[in-house]
Amino acid sequence: MAKVTLKVYRGDKEKGEFKTYEVPIEDGMVILDAIHYIQANIDNDIAVRWNCKAAKCGSCSAEVNGKPSLMCKTRLDRFAKDEVITVQPLKTFPLIKDLVTDVSWNYEVNKHITPLTSKDEGEWVIYQEDIERVQEFRKCIECFLCQDVCHVLRDHDKHANFAGPRFLVRTAGLEMHPKDTASRTKYLKEEGGIGYCNITKCCTEVCPEEIHITDNAIIPLKERVVDDFYDPIAKFLKGLFKK
Amino acid sequence: MTQSTVNSSPAHTTKTVRKDNWWLEPASIALGFTLFIIYATFRAFENNYYEINQYLSPFYSPKIILEFWKFSPAILVLWIPAGFRATCYYYRKAYYRSYFMDPPACGVGHGGGSSYCGETTFPFVLQNLHRYFFYMAALVVLWLWKDAFDSLFFQGQFTFSILSLVMFVNVVLLSNYTFGCHAYRHLVGGKLDCFSCTKASQTKHKVWQFVSKLNEHHMFWAWMSLFSVAFTDFYIRQVASGAYSPMRIF
Repeated sequence: MAKVTLKVYRGDKEKGEFKTYEVPIEDGMVILDAIHYIQANIDNDIAVRWNCKAAKCGSCSAEVNGKPSLMCKTRLDRFAKDEVITVQPLKTFPLIKDLVTDVSWNYEVNKHITPLTSKDEGEWVIYQEDIERVQEFRKCIECFLCQDVCHVLRDHDKHANFAGPRFLVRTAGLEMHPKDTASRTKYLKEEGGIGYCNITKCCTEVCPEEIHITDNAIIPLKERVVDDFYDPIAKFLKGLFKK
Repeated sequence: MTQSTVNSSPAHTTKTVRKDNWWLEPASIALGFTLFIIYATFRAFENNYYEINQYLSPFYSPKIILEFWKFSPAILVLWIPAGFRATCYYYRKAYYRSYFMDPPACGVGHGGGSSYCGETTFPFVLQNLHRYFFYMAALVVLWLWKDAFDSLFFQGQFTFSILSLVMFVNVVLLSNYTFGCHAYRHLVGGKLDCFSCTKASQTKHKVWQFVSKLNEHHMFWAWMSLFSVAFTDFYIRQVASGAYSPMRIF
């Protein structure tokens, strides 16, 4: 039976090493299957977070050959036959053990975003063309791969200043909602730190839901911030028409 | 916002474990940009061979002749498309990756450092002026359409040449790039929260949809128009210097 070689990180944030495993390959196997094989047959104590195995819960995020990926969506037949596959935990979040990181920082960031605010208390009738943009953002499964790959968090450690792509997507979904009346541009400019994003599009590249994070969420939000803070003509016109 | 620390465990001791040729894309882009910048700078300062008969180089259009200006007239114009492209959302991605290596590729470390300010401080905060460059670049593109139509007439007679065709292809590519811009997409309708609310917003929605289609391929239009504008200028230079003919068809 053909085998695949995996180099998997084993350890915590203080001490650890890459351990090499050989796993027999079956048709349609994904990285998560291989990790489960290791857990069941070789090292029972390997820590891995997973749930649906259908790329919908966003639990099994890791870095496969250096690329942030869902382990349940990364097929083994994507790799060359003799390739040694490296599996690491996410870099952007504190490591707990093996492939499991503490992503709770994200939930704290989420609490700072003004939720949907509407003055319309009656029955909502919303046309498709008004909600289409928001529906794309609602596909997010919160796997936090975009947060992991974002160099502002990953390399510059700007967790205190920047909300990250996931929460810019969430904010975009609220800002563009036809029934929402709140403005979040001040939050985006200050606490959300949208100016830290230099739109290098890695978040879009790794999104398993193929959300156009940069083009459809971040850049439109940047333009809304420009409207309110950097474009005196737009601001003047906005004030004029409001009156 | 809650402070957190990047995972600095022994799990990530190297800048990357990526095995693909991740360096190829930023290296190719850096090469492409550098060649274009060298050529455009040479042509801007050459101040010669930019016009012959009804043909005018896009680097020198609109031609502005001022008595007190002793340098190349291209300098009076080129800052507009240069500023438009420098602040363009696609080009920003490209040069932040290729020139600044911040980051060079996804998941590839670059040393980092907490002094990073992104686009929050000078000079990169000026990227927020993109829409103003768009307004001016749109006028330049409209002028290039005029140049393309002017190239069809010589001494009052209709004529058609391969060079005119090149000028038309160039201005189509430039239009698709300019009017597929993210800032324009926002201004034309993206800023609305409700597309169905009024007659005006319904019309804006249609325009926004069209601009969004162009915007999906913004990178493609950015590169194609960069090549075409350089090629058009090169062709006109060669014709003006007598090396090539405009290849008149009728």
